[in-house]
Amino acid sequence: MSETLQQLAFYTDAAMIVFAALMVVTLRNIFHCALFLALGFFGIAGIFVMLHAEFLAGVQVMIYVGAIAVLVLFAIMLTRGVTGQDMKQTNKQSPVAGAIALLFVVFLLKLMAGARFATSTVAPVKDSTAFLGQLLVTRYVLPFEVASIVLLMAMVGALLLAKEKEDE
Amino acid sequence: MEAIGLNHYLVLSAILFGIGLYGVAARRNAIGVLMSIELMLNAVNINMVAFSRFCAPDQLHGQVFTIFVITVAAAEAAVGLALVISMYRNLNKINFDEVNLLKW
Repeated sequence: MSETLQQLAFYTDAAMIVFAALMVVTLRNIFHCALFLALGFFGIAGIFVMLHAEFLAGVQVMIYVGAIAVLVLFAIMLTRGVTGQDMKQTNKQSPVAGAIALLFVVFLLKLMAGARFATSTVAPVKDSTAFLGQLLVTRYVLPFEVASIVLLMAMVGALLLAKEKEDE
Repeated sequence: MEAIGLNHYLVLSAILFGIGLYGVAARRNAIGVLMSIELMLNAVNINMVAFSRFCAPDQLHGQVFTIFVITVAAAEAAVGLALVISMYRNLNKINFDEVNLLKW
């Protein structure tokens, strides 16, 4: 890919992500927020493609857009009665929160400007999906199994919490 | 050297994290707060994949970590939204500043 094309792709994608994220935190209609969240997730999948993480890009679309964004939409529809659009969506501390978030970003950028990262010019892994699969069943096999237990617990917990209470 | 380097991704990730931080602190709606948390987790994911790509391209440890972060994010979203629905059903409220049962 030529350099200009690469830059164009990155800046377009980055602008889309930042725009979608800003909409997520500022819009009044929570339903639109969730749709912009899905757009942002798509943008991040694009970033993963640019970083040669094709498997993660696919996972991002499937899990974040396909599962989490849809889950959020369902939760919004189930709680429709109290999510009025005319209601104020931010609390009293929103100016302070904005200032602190801005300060935090400036702090991070300052930190980054002074840092020297040990970048390497080794060629990236050719078949990243196969390599990732191998890592997951060799070196990271224990965290992999623990992750399955975490998911099971979360599933049972979510069912228990959201279950309709039966009258005794 | 490529046109888009490590710092580009780090700056994007920092901005995204900042937006998520603002959302967590300022939004009243519980689902809005959960969405902001997802934004912050995604910012972290970008960071890890970028470091994996530019600092150790022949290994994929950063990508493995990202997979685990996505797993935990999915679990967190499921439990968080179940809590929100339970809160809505029992208290008929969904804004965090109105729910103060544990406050005294």
